[in-house]
Amino acid sequence: MNLFDIIMPYIIAGLSVGGQYALIAIGYTMVYGILRLINFAHGDVFMISGLVMIYVAAEVPLYISIPIVIAIIMVIGFTIERVAYKPLRNAPRMSVMISAIGVSYLLQNLALYLTGGLARRYPTIPWISDSIVFIGITTRRVTVITPFLVVAMVVVLVWLINHTKTGIAMRAVAKDFETSQLMGIKINSVISSTFAIGTFLAVAGSFLFFSNFPSVFPAAGAMPGLKAFVAAVFGGIGSIPGAVLGGLLIGVFESLIKGADIILGPAGFGIIRTPMELATFSDAFTFVLLVIVLIFKPTGLFGDKPTEKV
Amino acid sequence: MNKNNSSKITAAVLLILLFGLVIFLEQVIRPTDEWAMLLSCLRMGSVYALVAVSMNLLNGFTGLFSLGQAGFMLIGAYTYAIFSIPLDLKDSVYTFYDYSVKISFPEVLGNVFGGFGMITGVLVSIILAGIITAMAAFLIGLPVLRLRSDYLAIATLGFAEIIRAVFLWGRLGPVTNGSNPLRRFTRTSDFTMDVGNTTLTLGTTTIMIIAAACIFVIILLVNSSYGRVFKAIREDEIAAEAMGINLYKHKQLSFCISSFFTGVGGALLAIFMGTVMASNFMAAMTYEFLLIIVLGGIGSISGSVVGAMLFVFASQWWLRWLDSGIITLFGTRYILPNTIFRSGFRLVVFSVIIMCVVLFFRRGLMGDKELPYYWNKLKSRIMARKPKAGESNG
Amino acid sequence: MKRIIPTVLSVLLAVCLFAGCAETGGTAGSDLPVLRVGVFQPATGPNGAGGRQETLGTQFAHYQQPTVVVGGVEYQVELVIVDNQTTPATSPAAAQNLVAQDVAIVLGTYGSAAAMAASDIFRDAGLTAIGASCTNPGVTRGNDHYFRICFLDPFQGQILASLAKNHFEAQTAYVLALQGDDYSVGLANFFMESFTAYGGEVIYETFPAGTSDFSTYVLNAKASNADIWFSPTSTEAAALIIDAAGAQDIGMPILAGDTWDSNVVTGAAQGKDVRIYVTTFYQEGGAPEFDSGIQAWMNANPIHLANNGGNDRVAGVTAMGYDVYFVGLDILQRAGSVTDQAAIRAATWATSFMGPVTGLIEFDENGDAARDTAFVKVVNTETGEWEFFARQGL
Repeated sequence: MNLFDIIMPYIIAGLSVGGQYALIAIGYTMVYGILRLINFAHGDVFMISGLVMIYVAAEVPLYISIPIVIAIIMVIGFTIERVAYKPLRNAPRMSVMISAIGVSYLLQNLALYLTGGLARRYPTIPWISDSIVFIGITTRRVTVITPFLVVAMVVVLVWLINHTKTGIAMRAVAKDFETSQLMGIKINSVISSTFAIGTFLAVAGSFLFFSNFPSVFPAAGAMPGLKAFVAAVFGGIGSIPGAVLGGLLIGVFESLIKGADIILGPAGFGIIRTPMELATFSDAFTFVLLVIVLIFKPTGLFGDKPTEKV
Repeated sequence: MNKNNSSKITAAVLLILLFGLVIFLEQVIRPTDEWAMLLSCLRMGSVYALVAVSMNLLNGFTGLFSLGQAGFMLIGAYTYAIFSIPLDLKDSVYTFYDYSVKISFPEVLGNVFGGFGMITGVLVSIILAGIITAMAAFLIGLPVLRLRSDYLAIATLGFAEIIRAVFLWGRLGPVTNGSNPLRRFTRTSDFTMDVGNTTLTLGTTTIMIIAAACIFVIILLVNSSYGRVFKAIREDEIAAEAMGINLYKHKQLSFCISSFFTGVGGALLAIFMGTVMASNFMAAMTYEFLLIIVLGGIGSISGSVVGAMLFVFASQWWLRWLDSGIITLFGTRYILPNTIFRSGFRLVVFSVIIMCVVLFFRRGLMGDKELPYYWNKLKSRIMARKPKAGESNG
Repeated sequence: MKRIIPTVLSVLLAVCLFAGCAETGGTAGSDLPVLRVGVFQPATGPNGAGGRQETLGTQFAHYQQPTVVVGGVEYQVELVIVDNQTTPATSPAAAQNLVAQDVAIVLGTYGSAAAMAASDIFRDAGLTAIGASCTNPGVTRGNDHYFRICFLDPFQGQILASLAKNHFEAQTAYVLALQGDDYSVGLANFFMESFTAYGGEVIYETFPAGTSDFSTYVLNAKASNADIWFSPTSTEAAALIIDAAGAQDIGMPILAGDTWDSNVVTGAAQGKDVRIYVTTFYQEGGAPEFDSGIQAWMNANPIHLANNGGNDRVAGVTAMGYDVYFVGLDILQRAGSVTDQAAIRAATWATSFMGPVTGLIEFDENGDAARDTAFVKVVNTETGEWEFFARQGL
């Protein structure tokens, strides 16, 4: 086996997971760009959309349930903003963040209550869940198409932000909250549409993620959410291309770390003889990366380009 | 001056009475009593109070938004456990590894000095837990404390995850027991004292006294010149720096002191739980403490204590009936429909209550004031009423 | 608004307070004196699915025999079911809650980690606990109050290793365990000890809790040329592992322990190209009367059916949950008292009871039932049913 054959499958798996992180990360980065709020509940909205999909798909055919789920979750996202964040708009930032943690706590407990804490099986979306052979690797179709889909979505999103009225308003609000208010921009509707877009991407991410890993449980959103946030910080919070790059990089690194014992071991490079149980650090390594980036470039990879901020 | 002294004496008397009551209750209540939950909640509540207060020192008094508490508690709990498992029991704990820490302070000192030595040994382990946690915090603080508020929060959260992974790492198994739990160290029920023919159980009292002593030290610190420096940093970093305060040095100081007490809290949690597993110390644990200090009021020490007690009592005891659907009201047992009252309902109700506090009582129960403030307010209100009564008489 | 919410909250808290503190009094339904039996099981968390299935067995047994004569008095048995939420962090508080409800004996739990964490609480209260399916040796080792009626992990690990080595002629085994879970890591270690003793090679990895992406681990197994996959995990991870294995064409048999004997596993494996073998306590069809009885009982109540995962297939743990109830009643009858914990403990040691489903139960010096055979089952991926594979002893 040559080294390419060994590493390639890990990179493809990593790009797929990373693409899903990226979709969630965009939601984080857009909200942070405008409200300076780490929306801790975002990962849980992602989990809830998985759950809603399970319940809806049990009643109606798949092609109807997908738009229904998108609609329901966008309403939930809107409601969360109105109930939990809007009343605190003039409160200290820490209060809003704590409110976000409270919402996250509530959503997880609600899911725990409704499902009884048991993992629910996600419905199989045909075509994207099929197994295919891609450059000699057996995997799911969703694994291969996710990165392309993410890039396509980002192109559309960047166009929207640069060329539509709402997009321009979003950039103005992100730049200066008070001044844009004085200029007659309706802050609340801008914030609502930001939440709507972010939530939509979380739902899209949940379709891809749970098709790949078809099991939804109350804590299913916590780790992907946290990693997506790290991806957003990594890429420079407020920057959409940064979030995508951060997501993809974190996905790939995570995958490589999980396979590190094999890649570095006798079957791969042969650097280490005995296994080091490096896979233990697959989650922790994400944070190591984060700390390194924050120390050397506190604003993230793309953080210093204000024009790309949302 | 006099008045100040008298209120201090009142506080001391009240505290002594409280501890006397706890010692008494501990002798009277049997583990099978319904009221045994009271002792269990008091133990857990005082541990949570200590950690909440030390988190408040950082987040409330110094204005550093740190979310690393779970990680620091983990270090404290593991350090305590590793140095407190008796040697002859280590083999049965470290099933898959050859243990490398070949000392147990409570055992060594207990063998020499008896029961008193055992407690000293426990204290040595606890202080060691605090010191090692503070050292880890110092190292983490070197890069992290230069970051801005939100970035600091997320970086400390990240370090908590890194710490957990390190303790779970199989390669460190001879020290940490890898993925397996640490057990059989000195725990709550080991704190007994023979007086004459009776054996006094003092587990709850011991935990409460240690927690109270630590909180007392934090109060002294907050009221010292260092405390004023911390508050200055919280209010305005730039102004504080202009006044000649070394920002980084004082942030690091606050971070290490807070972590020291968080580590002690972790050790006390180990004593309370009897089993230490790295997988218990998740980010969700940190969020609990954050909610506690918000509940009590950011910047209020007595608020954190009250918040911690309320949090523990409500989540562990008072709201349990929501899960089981069995409620006893005035001596009659009601069984509620299990379509609504089933597992998990307690947590839903609990999180709704917390959301209400966050949204409607933004300053928490106490704001940034302490208990004596409310006590004096109450007293002056009563005082103000008296002359009025006199007037109407006259 | 600002006034109403505090009022509502304080009324709510006051109600809870009364609910928590009031003395337990009267009974529901019958005139007989009540005998409380504690059922300590996870209903939520990673082991929730298995815990619910085991609880079903106990509930069905209770349905069949709701009364018992102890010391000449007929008692109405009341099951006090407490959710320990799977994790060792939450189980001590849950155990304390059970103890405070004055139960005569404790049955459970599914998942050794929770059993070990709660063990000391039961010991302090003087209670005897009987585990139905907790297989880690640590549960009964070093104490005299925790018993169990199932086989142990060293035995199970050896059976599985011999299956891998002798039947599948595997040279290299890929072992994947859940970090920080002593059941998972423990069984993996016992398997590895036996497998290497048979001359095999082992690749051992662990995954963090909450992992969704198992595709990388499948890649690892394939890249290391493993001939067999062994992953003793919860059913939650099982479904994801099977899914990843199916999607990536794993090409090696998958072995697992007793936890995988669940319809979650058969459901996930249906229609996929995977070969799954598990060891278990009981083979459906082994006691036809029990099977038909419990199936009729579950089908009559949608809640029971939902707790069993939506269909009426009988899991091994359900059979264990059934037997442990009768063992518990037998002990109480022989002890002749529902309050004398010393007599109950003594009666437990002297147990020699024919379990209605799983055969003779006698406890050895550790408190473990002597079990010398395990059933091996295989998933038929076309029908999604378990099929009998072998009955294995050493």
